[in-house]
Amino acid sequence: MTRTLLQLSRRQFLVGGATMAGGFVVGLPLGLGADPTVGNGGTIGFFVEILGNGKVVIGSNQPEIGQGVRTALPMLVAEELDVAWEDVSVRPMPLGIVKTADGYTWKYGGQGVGGSTGLTNNWTYMREVGAMARHQLLRAAAEKFKVSLDDCSTSRGHVFCQSHKRAIPYAELAGAAAALDMPDEAPPLKAIADYRIVGKKQKTVDARDIVTGKATYGIDTQVEGMRYAVIARCPILNGRVRSFDDADARKVNGVLDVFKIDGPMPGEPYIILASGVAVVADSTWSAIKGRRALKIEWEPGPNADDSSTRFWQENEAALETNGQVVTDDGEFDNAMASADKIITHRYRVPFVSHAPLEPQNCFAHVTENHCRIIAPTQMPSGASRAANAVTGIPRENIEVEFTRVGGGFGRRLSNDYVAEAALISKQTGWPIKLQWTREDDMQHDFYRPGGLHELRAGVDADGNVTAWTQRLASASKHYRRPNKPDDGLWEPELYPDDFPRRIVENFRLEYFHNAIGLPRGSWRAPAHTANAFVIQSFIDEIAHETGQDPLQLRLAMFGEERELPYDGHGGPTFNPGRLTRLTKFVAKEINYDRKRPAGTGVGIAAHFTFGGYAAHAIEVTVDKNGELRIDRIVAAIDCGFAVHPQAVQAQLQGGTIDGLSTALGLEITVTDGRVDQSNFHDYPLMRIADVPVEFETHILPYDDIPTGVGEMGIPSAAPALTNAIFAATGRRIRDLPLGAQLKSM
Amino acid sequence: MISLKVNGEKVRFDGDEDTPLLWVLRDHLGLTGTKFGCGIGQCGACTVHFNGRAQRSCMLPVAAAKDATVTTIEALSAGDHQLHPVQQAWLDIDVPQCGYCQAGQIMATADFLKRNPDPSDEDIDRDLSNLCRCGTYVRIREAVHHAARLARKESNDD
Repeated sequence: MTRTLLQLSRRQFLVGGATMAGGFVVGLPLGLGADPTVGNGGTIGFFVEILGNGKVVIGSNQPEIGQGVRTALPMLVAEELDVAWEDVSVRPMPLGIVKTADGYTWKYGGQGVGGSTGLTNNWTYMREVGAMARHQLLRAAAEKFKVSLDDCSTSRGHVFCQSHKRAIPYAELAGAAAALDMPDEAPPLKAIADYRIVGKKQKTVDARDIVTGKATYGIDTQVEGMRYAVIARCPILNGRVRSFDDADARKVNGVLDVFKIDGPMPGEPYIILASGVAVVADSTWSAIKGRRALKIEWEPGPNADDSSTRFWQENEAALETNGQVVTDDGEFDNAMASADKIITHRYRVPFVSHAPLEPQNCFAHVTENHCRIIAPTQMPSGASRAANAVTGIPRENIEVEFTRVGGGFGRRLSNDYVAEAALISKQTGWPIKLQWTREDDMQHDFYRPGGLHELRAGVDADGNVTAWTQRLASASKHYRRPNKPDDGLWEPELYPDDFPRRIVENFRLEYFHNAIGLPRGSWRAPAHTANAFVIQSFIDEIAHETGQDPLQLRLAMFGEERELPYDGHGGPTFNPGRLTRLTKFVAKEINYDRKRPAGTGVGIAAHFTFGGYAAHAIEVTVDKNGELRIDRIVAAIDCGFAVHPQAVQAQLQGGTIDGLSTALGLEITVTDGRVDQSNFHDYPLMRIADVPVEFETHILPYDDIPTGVGEMGIPSAAPALTNAIFAATGRRIRDLPLGAQLKSM
Repeated sequence: MISLKVNGEKVRFDGDEDTPLLWVLRDHLGLTGTKFGCGIGQCGACTVHFNGRAQRSCMLPVAAAKDATVTTIEALSAGDHQLHPVQQAWLDIDVPQCGYCQAGQIMATADFLKRNPDPSDEDIDRDLSNLCRCGTYVRIREAVHHAARLARKESNDD
């Protein structure tokens, strides 16, 4: 039986061979501590380089934002290549795009991380890269000894030739292997049962550099002759620079140049976020001081009166009208009319900021027909497009290197800071590093959209939910995007196939778009954070108001294992039975049925996010002064097969903390067209003291297909928390963040 | 002209005296292991050892560092092959995710353990306040205890 090359295209691999035909790295530096008796080494395709000393360098083609992809993907290659992980080092690769007759195509496979796809998009591809390199090494050995392929096998960086009873190191075969044509068939991939590296604890790539301060992020870029830039961006949403006086700024030591940056016109797609004034200097601090000395008069623009207060009032009013029905299953109106009981509640989910700890920055050097970009980005191809958009330099002449990233969370899917840096370099001709401050980052973000959700359920006399609707008034993140019709604005905000669609047959979703000048974008697990909160809260409310146990109602509705269609990202199917398993597990672990003292309670929630499943059980205590203490967290994830278990655990811990941190205290608000928050003093992320010592994370394996893990830990954390608060106090939190609400009990 | 000692070497800075120590370290001395996170002393990514104590460097004007002794993450360990117990613990427990805050976390913890060689969880919660946006706190807590054990073992071996 032959298997086709699913993802590793023949052309991709041959481009590598062709490159090597000219610049083939034979005879790798023998002076570098290599054992010259071992072999000359060689580079097989784009990703695998065998050094003369037998060590292996594996290319990493994806942005590392803390999700562990720089470890997990090379693990896949090493597994199939059959080398020891201790012998592997990882080399970050730049963006690879190739011009074609009708645009551009990938050189090293698709590059970019978002939607928890970094691993899943490359799961087959990277294994095939490793397997193909191993296959070529086997073929090279077979040719060398004039034996059949079946006579050869591999183990830890060696080919064994059975009939000659000889082991040949890869380094001795790599040159010959690299020169071979690629076969038409993909070599077979290993069975999971045979894995030695994948699925097991491995040393994390870059960890030693991180703990010794040697790991470099975008912000650490230093290039000879580089200048430093900051921008004073208009603090008023959609406002613009009317005029500015730079006389004092230019007197600041080290300031070299000051000029205006045109922002997008209101309503236009964002290439950069705002109009402003750039200050270029010989150090970061001089640039910051120069910016402080600027006197700028702002043109207030159309959103100068925007306020959060008004936005939320408008959402309330909108829900009194009829919205756009985007999903309408069964006989919704009839089912609601014949329900024994109707339950309705509204929930508010605020705007929030990404706040990655490394503020935005970018190095750019634009010359006449060439541009070099070094950026912390989740989307290096977007960086290439951004630089092209502001310089006009063809993309094949734009080099993009992407560094380790000090946090992504979706913020760095946008490359507005790359466009800004390229603009400033183009204007000055200098290599420049643009630096954002924390205030810049918090006040100029693509925020998670805020929305007001109304949920209504019809319940029959036996407590079964027979009709369900979610009506959402929010500021869609798809506004100001090219080619997005108004009747599609709901698409990124409601995911129709989420639970409980098809479980409740009479099911309707309704959307109301509301305008506000805040830019919006993808915030880790985008609309799942809002929808899991409202849906999993509402299930609890239905249970309490119909005399049922919330855990039992949840389990009854999730039900048995079965595949339901799921058209959105994470599909094509959704198996609610996998939520049942996780929910039962966390409930048992936290001892759900135990009688607890007054003021203490347990909450449970579970959600399906982009293909992966997670559940939380959280125990809290609220004292008589309304002080909340999280006593215990049990989190469980079903990501199919865990390729890099430490990273899965880290994402589940970190995702849970992100979800709780956001639910407890974070909100972006607007007054007079300006963002009110500016730094961590008024955007209080969770600190270690807020995280309970009793915090368990569990990975429940399911099958041999890995799902992503970067976003699954967030959505069910917040509703588990607020369900626990209800269990402890009888107080239902429908308004996020929690803030001081419990103090007013 | 400000003179100070950074990682055992005497350095002189002749720029503006209000320049925060952080930017002197990063832009002028090329010591980029110390990170910029907030600029207002809230996050701790810029933590260094200043005359032997953990100090956030983003708001400390270099003028205040005249004749001071500063140690950054690059010089926390005695040499390339011998990691500081806190660094070793961070590796053993696999603490970092994006890693951006970890130099500051490690510098804060190294100072904390000097003052409190056998801390309780409550001590950790009271003393360590650096932000980690990835949420590595569970492993940080574990690594602090582990580092304390490694440091005690090291001093017993001496």
